[in-house]
Amino acid sequence: MNDHTGGGPEKPRAIVVGHGEFAGGLVSAVGQICGMADKLVVLSMMGMTPEDIEGTIRDQLSRTGARVIFTDLPAGSATIAARRIVKDDPEIVLVSGVNLATLLDFVFNTSVSPTDAARAAAERGKASLIVVGR
Amino acid sequence: MAIHLYRIDDRLIHGQVVVGWGQPLNIRVLILVDDAVAASDWEKELYRMAVPPEMEVYFADVATAIREHAKYAGDPRPGLLITGDIESMYRLVRGVKAIGNVNLGGIHHRAGRSEKLRYIFLTPDEEQQLKQLEAAGVEVTAQDVPSARAVPLPEVLEGAAR
Repeated sequence: MNDHTGGGPEKPRAIVVGHGEFAGGLVSAVGQICGMADKLVVLSMMGMTPEDIEGTIRDQLSRTGARVIFTDLPAGSATIAARRIVKDDPEIVLVSGVNLATLLDFVFNTSVSPTDAARAAAERGKASLIVVGR
Repeated sequence: MAIHLYRIDDRLIHGQVVVGWGQPLNIRVLILVDDAVAASDWEKELYRMAVPPEMEVYFADVATAIREHAKYAGDPRPGLLITGDIESMYRLVRGVKAIGNVNLGGIHHRAGRSEKLRYIFLTPDEEQQLKQLEAAGVEVTAQDVPSARAVPLPEVLEGAAR
């Protein structure tokens, strides 16, 4: 497996953060489907100030070396915090509006860097939204 | 008056505001009153990008918001005014003298604050400011989302609803 986060034991490739138990639920589903939940770090922002949210994401990026942040809502506090982080470090990629299809595509795409994988996964996630019925 | 909610929320524009309150109240105008945000084009753009296209956002510092409040209130579109701290809302209410209700939506833990509700933490000074607002005739309640019960200030301060 080609992991661009470095040699040795594989590190998480991205942080997933959102409202309530959103991130934990989504990553749990990734684990159930393909057993690759360890590629993702789950963060919950319940009860945090905006400064705490930003600080926690920065800490996790630093600790894990991840360069990708997935958030749920464009209007969410996590997205606002992540955009501040990307402003300081444009090499980090933020994908807002993440869904399960996005994360599954991301964790399997180890042939490119995590940031490129995130861009490709976002397109897959958009395409996964379908409407059936009249 | 078209401003349906005066809210104190340290996250400013976020999911609970845009979706939680914005959808049921059909909010079309957000007035973000914050001295630091109003002074920064980057901060304004950050929050502008967080709202859906059907919502317009006004940015103002407290002094401007006091001057412009009649214009905001006269806008026929449903509006929501938000400050990030009690001090800003306190100054606004005292300057405008036409605000009858204030919603405590989210004031989270920081050093010096004690927990009153799951989403409300206050310093002694902040408690005093809220008491002064009520003493001036402003109804202050805590309610993070529309489906929750609006908790009256005395109950908030007792911490009994935690």
